[in-house]
Amino acid sequence: MSRATYATVAVVGAVALSTGLSACAGAGGAGGAGGGGGGSTDSINVLMVNNPQMVDLQKLAPEFTKESGIKVNFTVLPENDLRDKTSQEFSSQAGQYDVATLSNFEIPIYAKNSWVADLTSYTKSDTAFDQSDILEPMTKALSVDGKIYGEPFYGESSFLMYRKDVLAAKGVTMPAKPTWQQVADIAAKVDTPGGMRGICLRGQPGWGQLFAPLTTVVNTFGGTWFEKDWTPKVNGTEFKAATNFYVDLVKAHGEAGASQAGFTECLNNMTQGKTAMWYDATSAAGSLEASDSPVKGKIGYAPAPVVKTDSSGWLYTWAWAVEQKSAKKDAAWKFVSWASSKKYEELVGAQLGWSKVPAGKRASTYSNADYVKSAEAFATETKSAIESANPDNPGVQERPAPGIQFVDIPEFPDLGTKVSQYVSSAIAGQGSVDSALDQGQQLAETVAKSYQK
Amino acid sequence: MSSTTTVTARGATSGAPGGGRSTGAAPGAAMRRTGEWARRAPLLPALVLTVIVTQLPFVVTIVTSFISWNAYYPDRRHFAGLENFQTVVSDPDARKAILVSVTLTLSVVLVSLLLGLVSALLLDRKFLGRGIVRTLMITPFLVVPVAAALLWKHALYNPEYGLFDGLLKLVLGSNAPQVDWIGQYPFASVMFAIVWQWTPFMMLILLAGLQSRPLDVVEAARIDGASSWQIFRHMTLPHLRSYIELAGLLGTIYVVQNFDHVFTITSGGLGTANLPYYIYQTFYTAHDYGLASAAGVIVVVLTIAVATVALRTVFSLFKEENR
Repeated sequence: MSRATYATVAVVGAVALSTGLSACAGAGGAGGAGGGGGGSTDSINVLMVNNPQMVDLQKLAPEFTKESGIKVNFTVLPENDLRDKTSQEFSSQAGQYDVATLSNFEIPIYAKNSWVADLTSYTKSDTAFDQSDILEPMTKALSVDGKIYGEPFYGESSFLMYRKDVLAAKGVTMPAKPTWQQVADIAAKVDTPGGMRGICLRGQPGWGQLFAPLTTVVNTFGGTWFEKDWTPKVNGTEFKAATNFYVDLVKAHGEAGASQAGFTECLNNMTQGKTAMWYDATSAAGSLEASDSPVKGKIGYAPAPVVKTDSSGWLYTWAWAVEQKSAKKDAAWKFVSWASSKKYEELVGAQLGWSKVPAGKRASTYSNADYVKSAEAFATETKSAIESANPDNPGVQERPAPGIQFVDIPEFPDLGTKVSQYVSSAIAGQGSVDSALDQGQQLAETVAKSYQK
Repeated sequence: MSSTTTVTARGATSGAPGGGRSTGAAPGAAMRRTGEWARRAPLLPALVLTVIVTQLPFVVTIVTSFISWNAYYPDRRHFAGLENFQTVVSDPDARKAILVSVTLTLSVVLVSLLLGLVSALLLDRKFLGRGIVRTLMITPFLVVPVAAALLWKHALYNPEYGLFDGLLKLVLGSNAPQVDWIGQYPFASVMFAIVWQWTPFMMLILLAGLQSRPLDVVEAARIDGASSWQIFRHMTLPHLRSYIELAGLLGTIYVVQNFDHVFTITSGGLGTANLPYYIYQTFYTAHDYGLASAAGVIVVVLTIAVATVALRTVFSLFKEENR
């Protein structure tokens, strides 16, 4: 065999490999529902996260089709995958989906790039939708320059959920406004080796997984990702103290397999009685208090634990946005306004139970007698957590960009995910938090450079 | 071009013995040429499509790798020269990913080759229900990779409800240690899940090799008093060599691309991010198309280098054997 032949075989192999690689990258992008855009207006494609409220929506969608004659094709993905897919879809303006669930992280960034449709005129002409009923922080978080780009499906903050019965059995009382040290002490007291663990905290890599709760802890410990002038502070004393505290707590009293546990895993653990406390999204309470939940009525709710700040809950909303490229904006708005309406909340209440209502977005929800009665365990706590969240000033110092559990810049998903991978390793007992954050600082410095110019 | 010349030449030679029909040679060749093309033409679209589908993305990737292109900043797109390549090479995460790719591929291929060899040897014997066992052994290879990875992550490794820890409890009692498999042994967790998928592939190729072995020679050796080990060492193994090499080469080409297992089992955490995962993250999370393309090009260049060396070794081994 000649030299040329070796090279040819090698090149053919390598090219096969490279196409294989692109094919595997494509696997994340392909396989959408119902094919591309265009076609008739009697069907729209919706891309959404697989949270329980969205799964309920999928069940009730035939009601919408009955009312409007519009068929809805759903593509439902876990949070991390959804983010990859939506950013891919909207940045390329592929037009495959008409509506997608985006959060208050994406919508301001996407709006600046004109990737999402301006919904202001719809909200003005559609009086039945009643935009003024949407909670003010939500409308504000989903608007840019006074134009509305998204409608919340549900809103959430974060708080501490705990088993009242378990704490009582151990003679422990939860303070009305716990500090993180008090929470750690309680976790140590209620932790039973081989049985129920003290607390569940996310450890799965991903900026929207591990770093959602962890950034709120960093904020209240006095740390920040960036200072006002974009100086990165990822390996600052406070950031390190907060992360060490979090990692130590989850290692000592957290769930088994913590480095791979996210929101869903903790929800399962809490529902199945495997953990006594859980610090996470307020929206989780609806699932915990559902009529078929084994822990219904056993859970108490306390504000997000603090150290140096008065409150430390996050502000987050899964909102509907319409892709700018969509050819079916009217049908898309019909769906969005239906899914975010008071009527839809009533439909969920009547058919699935009031505790499952996608709450936290409309003031009227909290004056609805049926809802308040069924969600009395967590309704007021949720509303006050949302109202006390301040995305513009969540820590002890001024910030260059809004956001509580994230920094609202396009670079954050990559930065947060990479640093979360290092921290997750530390949770698994591989490497230290300090070296993880030193690595994170270098990444943050690269990001800061383009903003400091 | 070259095929046309051959056709003409063949037409001319075949026309000659026909007995001096000087006029018949040229139209005959032309007709034959038209006939050949009539047969080939329908295949052309397929060829063009194949070239477009397989080679065009590659060319686009090379072009993109020289552009500074982040999807979040459509206005800042510009030609960047070698900047992307410099960034990738100086990125410690990328270097780590290269190392992980190499170790993961090598360990998966070696372990699954060994297990495949053992199971092929066992399956080569005659026993009751061999057909069923063979089918069962092949099944892991037929499972969709992402489903297999999910199965390992949840059904087997999970420390709360996974089978491995359940088995420990069953054997050692309720006080059995409950291992956090993925957290404590992330690399091995990913590796064994892939090994499980690839062992059947190795087994299939090696089994084919075993069954093509001339049994009369083995029998003769046995009559001459050779032990089973001696027969295996001096007859079976040399016969299997080319099959082992082929299985190893094909396995390597596919395992290097593994993405599903890393993505599903560890989300790229715990130091298990390999190159495909790194490229995925750069492309889908950071939306840095230029950087991701540069990383992709580097993978291809590295693979060409490795494959050339590997193929040369493999082919020289073939030659030695033929001597």
